[in-house]
Amino acid sequence: MSLSTVTSTSSRQAGSVSPPQSGTNSAGGIIAGRLSAQDYAAGFADIHPALSKHEAFVEADRCYFCFDAPCQKACPTSIDIPLFIRQISTNNDLGSAHTILDANIMGGMCARVCPTETLCEEACVREAAEGKPVKIGLLQRHAVDAMMAQAQAHKTHPFKRAAASGKKVAVVGAGPAGLSAAHRLSQLGHDVALFDAREKLGGLNEYGIAAYKAPDNFAQKEVDFVLGIGGITPTLNKKLGKGIHLDTLRRDFDAVFLGIGLASVNTLGLSGEGKLAGVREAIDFIADLRQAQNLATVPVGSHVVVVGGGMTAVDAAVQAKRLGALSVTIAYRRGPADMKASAYEQELAKINGVIIRHWLKPVRLHGNTGAVSAISFESTAMIDGKLTGTGQITKFASDMVLTAIGQILVSDDFNEAMTVRDGKIVVDSARATSLHGVWAGGDCTATGEDLTVSAVEDGKQAALAIDRALRA
Amino acid sequence: MADLRSNFLGIKSPNPFWLASAPPTDREVNVTRAFKAGWGGVVWKTLGEEGLPVVNVSGPRYGAIHSGDRRLIGLNNIELITDRPLDINLREIKQVKRAWPDRAMVVSLMVPCEEDAWKKILKSVEDTECDGIELNFGCPHGMSERGMGAAVGQVPEYIEMVARWCKQNSRLPVIVKLTPNITDIRHAARAAKRGGADAVSLINTINSIMSVDLDMMAPSPHVDGKGSHGGYCGPAVKPIALNMVTEIARDTETKGLPISAIGGITTWRDAAEFMAMSAGTVQVCTAAMTYGFRIVEEMKSGLSDWMDAKGYQTLEGFRGRAVGNATDWQYLNLNYVVKARIDQDLCIKCGRCHIVCEDTSHQAITNLVDGARKFEVIDAECVGCNLCVNVCPVENCITLVQQTSGIDPRTGLENDRGYANWTSHPNNPSAVKAAE
Repeated sequence: MSLSTVTSTSSRQAGSVSPPQSGTNSAGGIIAGRLSAQDYAAGFADIHPALSKHEAFVEADRCYFCFDAPCQKACPTSIDIPLFIRQISTNNDLGSAHTILDANIMGGMCARVCPTETLCEEACVREAAEGKPVKIGLLQRHAVDAMMAQAQAHKTHPFKRAAASGKKVAVVGAGPAGLSAAHRLSQLGHDVALFDAREKLGGLNEYGIAAYKAPDNFAQKEVDFVLGIGGITPTLNKKLGKGIHLDTLRRDFDAVFLGIGLASVNTLGLSGEGKLAGVREAIDFIADLRQAQNLATVPVGSHVVVVGGGMTAVDAAVQAKRLGALSVTIAYRRGPADMKASAYEQELAKINGVIIRHWLKPVRLHGNTGAVSAISFESTAMIDGKLTGTGQITKFASDMVLTAIGQILVSDDFNEAMTVRDGKIVVDSARATSLHGVWAGGDCTATGEDLTVSAVEDGKQAALAIDRALRA
Repeated sequence: MADLRSNFLGIKSPNPFWLASAPPTDREVNVTRAFKAGWGGVVWKTLGEEGLPVVNVSGPRYGAIHSGDRRLIGLNNIELITDRPLDINLREIKQVKRAWPDRAMVVSLMVPCEEDAWKKILKSVEDTECDGIELNFGCPHGMSERGMGAAVGQVPEYIEMVARWCKQNSRLPVIVKLTPNITDIRHAARAAKRGGADAVSLINTINSIMSVDLDMMAPSPHVDGKGSHGGYCGPAVKPIALNMVTEIARDTETKGLPISAIGGITTWRDAAEFMAMSAGTVQVCTAAMTYGFRIVEEMKSGLSDWMDAKGYQTLEGFRGRAVGNATDWQYLNLNYVVKARIDQDLCIKCGRCHIVCEDTSHQAITNLVDGARKFEVIDAECVGCNLCVNVCPVENCITLVQQTSGIDPRTGLENDRGYANWTSHPNNPSAVKAAE
């Protein structure tokens, strides 16, 4: 599938940033405040603004209410998409949201960050019919936003808890998997203790995705919404192995769910890494940006190189560009088809002026008075099915190198007890780990793609399985 | 290029597209705009007798139903006949007719069922030099409560009586406009013909309540909390109008009676269909009230292009050609066998054909073939009902294909059995038996 095909058929138009109005501060080095306040606001505004009521009606009318709908089958959480769209078309946004949230309590964030062009919207029959799928993601956002506004305004929640079971479940990690599990467990009548290592709940929704995908503090609003069901007691700054331990959780709770994500990252393995200023993990760069009260305080290099090929690489690269970096290059060791960033994300990067270079692996960091000044890559090729260096070296001048070459599981606390394979916790179809009474989901497991929506499904399925186990 | 000129009862117009008696034809300014836009004629909005003007509500007059994308497919109204003074209307009619001599100018009338009242207005109308009159026996709201409009059209004897008065007291061609709010339109048409009417026009609007306001718990739209039924029109009523026109066209008593067709005509194709069912002219209202007068351009060019493609040089070339093929159910060929066929290249796999057949019909369409999502017709179950064709969102993706040889796997009978209908069917207790 060529890039141009994908973008023309996707309902999501890759948002581009308008050129800075007042000129960019082009000084070298990693500095903050390269742009004017208006330019920051424009660059980090909602990338896919909400549909108006009229737009939602027009779009909802396009849905064919398919039999055994392909869109629903393509959704990891199996949202009844034809039904929720039909509910929008009959002016029942809250009922529509109920349909969505019943399958996916984080339908609001998923509507914003799902790669719909490779999920529901790719499967939409109108994609086959006329190359223009129904804008399922935006319709989902329309309905869920209405529900969240209502819940916020009236301090209500669309779901009621079942009669108390008397059981207590520990949920470790308050990202999409953990929040989803916690919500469903609470709904089923269990009391939930929710632990997270950081200062805020939300996991990657709060710390790990591009700001323009969920502006206006949406991640925290959604956390509040999810917790609105009650019965979930959050505890912050508690990390598995540091403050809490699996063995004590197993002893103190009736069940444990791990949604701990991948807490560490791969390193380039090059000399100077960790010493040279200006070389850092992309995920930390994104987290700092997300937590900044004022984007003008977030420093960015003048020539940024991002190493990696996933969503994190794109999120870091595009945001670096939107912070005013003069040039941003993504270097990836394989070809476009191998990139974990979807075709849409790759297109988004290009539209924002990011240069994507393929078949390059990092081989050397160059420094100058303690700071990175350049990075060298060796060209690669597939030879006899193996990725092999060709010996040809290319050097990019760079004052900021962001690494996004994969995150890794931190499993010190349970290494002996639980089966871990290829850096992921092994679970069965019910998300049960090899350890009795412990379930897991999200990026720390190998159940599906590392997507928010997959994590939500893991949390939901694990909660249902825990409920069955606790009532057996 | 096809000749679109129409001659209806001697009333000539450059094309058969007339605006029906309705809000768009209530005043000089509108009618002049219509003629400038290219309409062939108008039926001026219904005039009543001289006296205190008619009073309309100041609340909403129109209600609508919409299909997807808020397309207006049905409109209803509770507007009465013209609420402007008779003398102003008459003066404007005369002015417009003089300014536009080549356009048809028919005047719609509605006065109480007294011969003197009709005599009086007929005289004034003749003075306008209009081309004909249309008797409004159809308006279903308001005026019908006062013994006019549909109250006349629902009683064949009244239709005949008033038509006769008009013929006796006027030299103008008389068109009787019929109400659909009856059980059998043929009785009304026959009465008009017996009364000497030169033509009928139909349908007027249908009694209707468009919706209920679930907050007010009142019909919607409502006037200060109360609603009243109105007259329903627009694309949604076209099939009803087409049936009534067809019934009159093929009735032995009224066959050949000129018809000006009305009812949901929106495109050239709608017009052509009514004319194929014998209409001499077509009258349009809702389409103009939805899109403005300019729609007539599409109607004229569409009809002309179609006639060119088919080789019809004049309207008479195809008028009434479909009438002979409209028949009773009992004469339909029961040995005609069709099966649905799904063009897999056009299929977008929405599966609606499958689920409607599965849930509501004959379980004759697959959803999986060899484990893959695929929709295919199962001939052994398909009765050729056409439901799948109707619900498919893709034009011509599903078609009905006649089976002319072999065995129908559903019935086990030969596909090539020749014509036979219910009148001779063995299951018909009243079947005509062949002589022994």
